[in-house]
Amino acid sequence: MGAEDAIAEIYRTESRRVLATLIRLLSDFDLAEEALQDAFATALEKWPEEGLPANPRAWLVSTGRFKALDALRRRARFDASLEQIAERLGHGVTLPDPDEESVEDDQLRLIFTCCHPALPPDARLALTLREVCGLTTEEIAHAFLSTPPTVAQRIVRAKAKIRDAGIPYRVPEWAELPDRLDSVLQVIYLVFNEGYSASSGGSLTRHDLSAEAIRLGRLLVDLLPEPEAVGLLGLMLLHESRRIARTSAEGELVLLAEQDRMRWNQEQIVEGTALVERSLASRRFGPYTLQAAIAAVHAEASTAAATDWAQIVGLYDVLARVDPSPVVELNRAAAVAMRDGPAAGLVLIDAILVRGDLADYHLAHSARADLLRRLGRTGEARIAYERALALARQEPERRFLERRLAELTAA
Amino acid sequence: MKYLCLIYSDETQWPKLAKAESDKMMAEYMDFTESIKRSGQHVGSNRLQPTHTATTIRTRNGKTSTTDGPFAETKEQLGGYYLIEARDLNDAIQVGSRIPGARYGSIEVRPIAEM
Repeated sequence: MGAEDAIAEIYRTESRRVLATLIRLLSDFDLAEEALQDAFATALEKWPEEGLPANPRAWLVSTGRFKALDALRRRARFDASLEQIAERLGHGVTLPDPDEESVEDDQLRLIFTCCHPALPPDARLALTLREVCGLTTEEIAHAFLSTPPTVAQRIVRAKAKIRDAGIPYRVPEWAELPDRLDSVLQVIYLVFNEGYSASSGGSLTRHDLSAEAIRLGRLLVDLLPEPEAVGLLGLMLLHESRRIARTSAEGELVLLAEQDRMRWNQEQIVEGTALVERSLASRRFGPYTLQAAIAAVHAEASTAAATDWAQIVGLYDVLARVDPSPVVELNRAAAVAMRDGPAAGLVLIDAILVRGDLADYHLAHSARADLLRRLGRTGEARIAYERALALARQEPERRFLERRLAELTAA
Repeated sequence: MKYLCLIYSDETQWPKLAKAESDKMMAEYMDFTESIKRSGQHVGSNRLQPTHTATTIRTRNGKTSTTDGPFAETKEQLGGYYLIEARDLNDAIQVGSRIPGARYGSIEVRPIAEM
């Protein structure tokens, strides 16, 4: 491997960690990003001749910091206030500690800062993908069906708020942790879901985003093994294990009950299930762990018919207490329908719809349609499928509903 | 950094409180104020009279007009504030979350612009 390949590899594996440390040392996101680019540019000049340093990461951090101070001093000739900043940054800051722990803390600081609840939700998402994952604004815009200028503006505003409102670059204290961790988990799960079931458009999954969310989840579990972080990683892995099976060769949606379970990724199931058990054992688990536990019950059934529906209903009961929402109720109703028959589930779904909570949610209508179909109430089933179709935005889901409608007409 | 914690709540609820409840709330405010004075975070604080005492002033083209009441009709009104010294926003949020009014209305935390 030549020096340039080695540098490319180090950029891939280390650049985000170097950036996280530079942000701490320079107290400025933009300055740190410039410093990171300068450090790698210098590495490209020097390493091919001088060879790789013993600790490339420490070298990059100290070079980046030096370059940033140098740039500040040069600019200070035009702006006296920058001189003070350069002085302050130059003094009293110890040289980067090669100690693994402090560098990992920097990554955790970066995650918590990017996901700070004082930032608007879409900015947290964009900032995390940009700073922690290293995606470009173009990639983020593409993933979230936005435009690069919109994403860039969101990031600029978020950085301004971090600076002006005094959002700190530190891991929250114990008392703040539940609220703050929640915000981090939400960002990671949003990234995952956007990758797993793209909110609109032709392709059902955007694999890269899910992979990125799982990478983030792993990083978080390594750095801060809180039960819900462990549970979320388990949940993502268990969903991810079905990725190939949930889309047919023609790109059509395949329901859980009809999936070829031989195509589920066993390695991810084993890892995901172990994570669920680890989180449950802590007795401090929450909604992510419970959802993961439900996914694990599905995963352990060798056929759809062998699914332990009683256990799934039990887990939904707990989930509905811990984190009540109409969607949880809907899922519970579907599980009850599997345990006690379609009529029992239909009563529950109708009660939710009567309240008006999920009137515009296509999955509520398609679940209802499915139960009506199984009860032989074809006419009502057709109306419910049509309602679902009118609300569904994703192409594969629409085609699935159209197929079901066609089957009803043929029958 | 200095932060201003603005306390918003539905002031129409205040007269409806029973004597025991409002005494309890006053005691909570005094305890809280005392605690941030001890920790050195208290810079200033005041309770405001209800919005029916408010006057809004606008000067346009040298002409001043005064109108009755607050500028905007909202469900929650500004009822008081704490000016605090905090290490950063997290620290300010910690302090703000302990203001008794956070449990009834809401607290807006704004950094003071340093000149």
